[in-house]
Amino acid sequence: MTRLRRGLLALLAGANAVLLHAAPADDALKPDEQTGGATTVAATGRNAFSFAAANLNDDERTRFAVGNSFFRRNWVEAPSSTAARDGLGPHFIARSCGGCHVQSGRGAPPDYTKPFDARGEPPIALLLRLSIPGEGPHGGPRPDPIYGDQLRTLAVPGVRVEGRIALQVHTLRGTFADGTRYTLRQPRFGVADLAYGPASKDLMIGPRLAPQLIGMGLLESIPEAEILGNAARQAAAPGPVKGQVNQVWDAFEQRMMLGRFGWKANVATLAHQTAAAFVGDIGITSSRFPDESCTFTQDDCRAAPRGAKGEVPEIDDRTLGDVVFYQASLAPPARRQPGDAQVVRGRALFEQAQCAACHRPSYVTGDSPLPSFASPALKGQTIWPYTDLLLHDMGDGLADGRPDFGASGRHWRTPPLWGVGLIRDVNDHQQLLHDGRARGVLEAVLWHGGEADTSRRQVLKMTASERAALVRFVESL
Amino acid sequence: MNKREMLHAMAAGLGSLLCAARARAAAPEAAAIDAVVQHYAVLVHACYSDSLAAALAMQQAIAGFLAHPSADSLKAARSGWIDAREWYGQTEAFRFYAGPVDDGKGPEQRMNTWPVDESYIDYVRDRPDSGLINNPKAVLTKAALAAANIRGGLENVSTGWHAIEFLLWGQDLSETGPGDRPFEDYVDGKGLHADRRRQYLAAVTELLLDDLRYLIAAWAPGAKANYRAKFERGGLESVRRIVIGIGALSRAELAGERMEVALNTQDQEDEQSCFSDNTHRDIVNNALGIENVWLGRFKRRDGSLLQGPSLRELVAAQDAAQAERTTRQIATSIAAAQAIQPPFDHEIRGSRSAPGPMRVRATIDSVLAQSRELGAAANAIGITRLNMVKP
Repeated sequence: MTRLRRGLLALLAGANAVLLHAAPADDALKPDEQTGGATTVAATGRNAFSFAAANLNDDERTRFAVGNSFFRRNWVEAPSSTAARDGLGPHFIARSCGGCHVQSGRGAPPDYTKPFDARGEPPIALLLRLSIPGEGPHGGPRPDPIYGDQLRTLAVPGVRVEGRIALQVHTLRGTFADGTRYTLRQPRFGVADLAYGPASKDLMIGPRLAPQLIGMGLLESIPEAEILGNAARQAAAPGPVKGQVNQVWDAFEQRMMLGRFGWKANVATLAHQTAAAFVGDIGITSSRFPDESCTFTQDDCRAAPRGAKGEVPEIDDRTLGDVVFYQASLAPPARRQPGDAQVVRGRALFEQAQCAACHRPSYVTGDSPLPSFASPALKGQTIWPYTDLLLHDMGDGLADGRPDFGASGRHWRTPPLWGVGLIRDVNDHQQLLHDGRARGVLEAVLWHGGEADTSRRQVLKMTASERAALVRFVESL
Repeated sequence: MNKREMLHAMAAGLGSLLCAARARAAAPEAAAIDAVVQHYAVLVHACYSDSLAAALAMQQAIAGFLAHPSADSLKAARSGWIDAREWYGQTEAFRFYAGPVDDGKGPEQRMNTWPVDESYIDYVRDRPDSGLINNPKAVLTKAALAAANIRGGLENVSTGWHAIEFLLWGQDLSETGPGDRPFEDYVDGKGLHADRRRQYLAAVTELLLDDLRYLIAAWAPGAKANYRAKFERGGLESVRRIVIGIGALSRAELAGERMEVALNTQDQEDEQSCFSDNTHRDIVNNALGIENVWLGRFKRRDGSLLQGPSLRELVAAQDAAQAERTTRQIATSIAAAQAIQPPFDHEIRGSRSAPGPMRVRATIDSVLAQSRELGAAANAIGITRLNMVKP
C-alpha cells in the first residue's frame, strides 16, 4: 500500500465517522446492524437478496450485472442458433442457476403435504446426491457406477431421464414443557423409475436444497485461522459441542482445502462450487470440469450433441468467472429492527441457550482465496453471519447417512443465519434445513440433536413468548 | 494501484468528505417532509392510473384482434402494447424499496420479468410443438398461468408485458426489424392450437390489468389501511424509500441490467423488449420516471401536468448546489437515452468507438453519475441507509 493511499483511507475513515455522527440517530446503522460491514445494503422485499455489495466500484458493478445475466439465463439444448448459451444437459436438473436459487434466494422445496405423483414435475431446487460406500477421487464420495454422484431428473430430447425422486413423509409429535404440542415432518428419500437399470444395493442418498446466496464472498474471505480457532475453542471447552473442519478437494486450487460451502462443507471455494454445479446440475462443461456427467453405461447421454458447436468447454472461463463474481458480491441485507424489545429479549435467549457456540456472530474478513473471482472491497469487513463453518454431529433425526469427505452421515455444517428472516419476502416460503423439512425457525431448532441437543432442550423449556422472541431475534439477522 | 484507480479512489474520498460536510446540515422540517411524501403518493397513484388506462386501451385492441384476426387488427393490438409501455415504464421508479409492487406479495415478477424463454410459452423456430400453448394438458387460466410464471427458472416467463409482447410479435429473427408473427397464428385451421393461443393472450392481458388494479388500490387515497396510508405517515423513512426507488432503478436496473449487460455481451437476448424492438423506449421511460419523482412532476395521459412538493425542493433547502447538479444530471440522462437509436440490438453492436455503442455508453455514464448525485442528495437530507452505490 502506498503512503498516499494509506493517508486517503485515514481520511475516508474520518469522513465516515463524521457522517455517522451527523446523520439522525435513527438513520445511522450500528455496527452489528451492518450485517456485511461496508458491503451491507438496506434492503427488504422481493429483491432483498439481489443487490451488489454497497462498496463495489462501477467496473465491478458492471461485472456483477453481467454475471447476474448468465446466472439467471436459461441454457438451451444443442445444437441451437444461440451458441453462446447452448449445451444444456444431456442430463440436468435445472436450466439455469436462478432456476433453483430463485432471486438468488432459497429454492422451493417439494410440497411435503402431497404424495409425489409419478407423472408430476420433479421438485425444483431439491436434488439428490448419490454415492456408494468407499472413497472416490481425492477422498470424496464414491459415485454410483451407473447414476454417478447425483440423480438428474430431466434430460434433453432423445436422452432418457435418469429417474425420479421418491418420497415418504413421516410425522413426528412432541410437546413443549408448557404443554404446547408440535409436529415435525421427516421426509425420507428414495429413487424410482430408474432408466438405466437398478442402482447399487447400498446406494446412499443425500437430499440438498438450494440455499440463499447472500454474503458468499464474505464467507469465503473469513480467515482459515478463525475457523480452525473455532474448532480449537470448542475442543477445549467442556460440553458436547465439538465442531470439525472438513478438508476437501478444490479443482481450482488443485489441493485439499478447508471446506466452507455446501450443507456438509464439502466445497472450499465459490469457483469450485459454481463450476461443479454448472456441470452437475445444468450439464454445462467448463475448463475445470470438461466432461459431461454421463456414466459409462449411459449410451444415449454420451452420444447426445455437445454445446458451443461441439467445442469444450460450453461456458468459457471469463463468463464462468463473472457468474462466480456475481455470487461473491451479493450483499447481505442490514438487520431489521434490532432495537425492538422482543428482538433484544430474543438475543439474550439465543445466548442463554448456547446457540452462539456454533452460530458464532462475527468475524473480520481477510483475503479471498481466489482474488480474480472477488472484489478487494470484501476484505477487512466486520461481518455478522452467525456460523462457525464447522461440521457438527446433529443426531439421527437429521442424518442422511451419506458421508462426504470428512463429514459423516450425521454431520452438518452450521448454516449462516443472516437473511433467514427475509426468505419469506424473497421466496414465499421459509422452509429450512438441508431438505426444507422445517417450516420456519422454531422447527429448525427442534431438529437440532446430537451436539446441539442441550440447546434444543433449553428451547423446549421456554415459554411461548420466549420462543417467539428467540425466533424474532433470528429473523432480525 | 495504477493511476486510474488512484484517481478513482481520490474522487471517491473527496465525495465522501463533501457529503459528510453537507450531512451536518439540519434535517428538513417535518412539514416539508410530509408534503413531499404526500405528493409522491398522489403521483404514484396517477402514474398507475394512467398505466391502467393505457392497458385497458391495449386490452380493447387485443380483444378486437382476437375476435377478428387480421394484419390490421394485429397492428392495432401492437400499437396498443407500445403505447401502454410508455406509461408503465415510468412507474418502474416505484420499485426496489419493497413497496406494493415488489414486497413479498408484489406482482412485479408477474408483470415485467425478462428475458423470456420463448419456448416456454409457444412454438419457436425448429420447435413447432414447444410451450404451454402447444401442450394441451396445460391449463391456460389466469391462475394457472400465474402459477407457471418463473417456475423452474427465471426465464420461464409465462405472464406479463413481455409474454404479451411475444404473443403479438413472435421471435425477433430479423436483422433490421422486430418479430413478425403472422396473424394466422390466431386463426383456427391455420395456426396450430390457435384457440389456445387466443385463450392464452386474453388471460395474460386480463391478469396484467388485475395486477395494475391491485397497485392502484394499494396507492388509493382515503383508504384507512392500504400501503399509502402507512406510507404517508412514514416521514423521513418514506423519503428514504422514494430515493432508494429511483437510485436502484438508476444504478442496478437501468445502467446495469438494461444497458451494461447488453453492451458487454452484444447479445440480442439481453435487450428488454426484444420482440417489438421497443427497448430504446423502455430506457427513455425509466429515465423519465426517475425525473418525475425527483421533480414531483408528471405529464399525464390527458396532457395535463401534475406538479407538487418535490424531493428536489427538499434537497435544495439543505444544499441548493447539490439539488441543481442532480437535476441537471437527470436531464442529461434523458437526453442521452433519447439519442439511442432503434433497434437496440443493432445499437449495441460493434467496437467501443462505433456510434451506437458510444451513444449507449454515454447514457450509462450519465445514469451512473446520476446515481451518485442522488446518493449525495440523499445524504444532504440526512439519509444514509441506501441499497445503491455509495456516493
